[in-house]
Amino acid sequence: MVTNLASRLVSRWDLEETAVKAKAFSYFRAATIDQALDAHARAGDDARFIAGGQSLVPALSLRLQAPRLLIDITHIGELRGVGREGGYLRIGALTRHCEMLSEPLIAEFAPLLHAAAPFVAHPAIRNRGTFGGSVALADPASEFPAMTLALDAEIEIAGPSGCRRVKADDFFIDLFETALQPGELITAVYVPLFKADQRFAFDELARRRGDYALVGCGMLGTFTGEHIDDIRISFFSVGNTPTRVRGAERALIGARLDAERIAAAQGALEGDLAPPESDEVPPAMRLHLARVLLGRLLGRLGEGA
Amino acid sequence: MSGFGEAHLEDADETVRVRFVVNDRKVACEVAPRETLVDCLRNELELTGTHAGCEMGACGACLVQIDGRAVHSCLMLAVQADGARINTIEGLTENGAIADLQAEFHRRNALQCGFCTPGMLINAHELLSQMAQPSREQIRDALSGNYCRCTGYEAIVDAIDTVAKARSAGGTT
Repeated sequence: MVTNLASRLVSRWDLEETAVKAKAFSYFRAATIDQALDAHARAGDDARFIAGGQSLVPALSLRLQAPRLLIDITHIGELRGVGREGGYLRIGALTRHCEMLSEPLIAEFAPLLHAAAPFVAHPAIRNRGTFGGSVALADPASEFPAMTLALDAEIEIAGPSGCRRVKADDFFIDLFETALQPGELITAVYVPLFKADQRFAFDELARRRGDYALVGCGMLGTFTGEHIDDIRISFFSVGNTPTRVRGAERALIGARLDAERIAAAQGALEGDLAPPESDEVPPAMRLHLARVLLGRLLGRLGEGA
Repeated sequence: MSGFGEAHLEDADETVRVRFVVNDRKVACEVAPRETLVDCLRNELELTGTHAGCEMGACGACLVQIDGRAVHSCLMLAVQADGARINTIEGLTENGAIADLQAEFHRRNALQCGFCTPGMLINAHELLSQMAQPSREQIRDALSGNYCRCTGYEAIVDAIDTVAKARSAGGTT
């Protein structure tokens, strides 16, 4: 993942100018959430939490980040585990990407995340990277942050002033900027349980499997027969943050899913998305790819995907 | 480890003692907190079969097994691995776990310069432990994070495919 993150943030020229070894820092392995929060505060917030480290370690090596203290949270039991809680599936922040593939509760109650997981980086990255870490980093090209939007998930955050839950809709603010305040960490993500009258679809367009998507999309719809009662559609790799396409959603809600509605939703994308200028993928091309992908995924939803 | 003390902030330039089990042997060494696992394996433990390539998780040359799973040793600090069981290409070679893969890579010329080979073998080993009969498509997908700059992918996929079939047939290659 970061691989690409690093190469996107650092031009080739800068890379040649930059050391590939991290600046010196201290390391502390926390056993509890309280210990981790306390350490962060006592380092004057010049600290970073490290979980899977698949984005943070290269950022340290490239000296894009140079904290005084690294706080290892991977041995905190409270951040582990996947289980049902009321109408939600609680996914502990330390759940690894590979567990998103292997954990039966996720396949059953959050199948959209299960479907997205194989697209996250490469197998060895998935063995270490964590779900909470991916959401906290909020890379706009990542699969999982965008899927929390489609799922109407809630993000549980612990910090110096206590614990709070933030809706995914309110979590992603700008490029790599979230509702997380300094010294706060994600403890879990709550996903509403998948229901019998719901359908989901996920796919992305990339040059090679494991690369960052040129455009990616996931959706969750609630149906009565072929009538769409509600639908949430989220794109990634389309701008500074993962993005819900509310115009396209409005074009579909309350209607029968047919070719005419799909075309209307595709037409609405132009108002929903404003892809950034890029030499590699010009805005018009990205918008075109988003329309193509939306059409494909709605088609699959119509087939009961 | 107990709670955080201010003394922790003073040890950035100090080394800390870490212990792991590397290739079934207990090892302790002194590392700086910023030292990556690949540097520790190569420089402190002189296990130079693990290759440091891109050092940012793109090329896959540095793959090792941590607690049985393939992991980039350039994307992990040595201090994070404290207490872990690590297998490097040397260990998997000694215990014979990948002997058939190595023989088939050799037979099919599935290596040219050989720089990517340790990572390829560790990834292939993990794939075949999870999936007895992967398709060529699945093999390619599993190797998507391993670069071979000699571009010898076809022979590498051939070798893994052959070993998968031989293992499933209960024979050896």
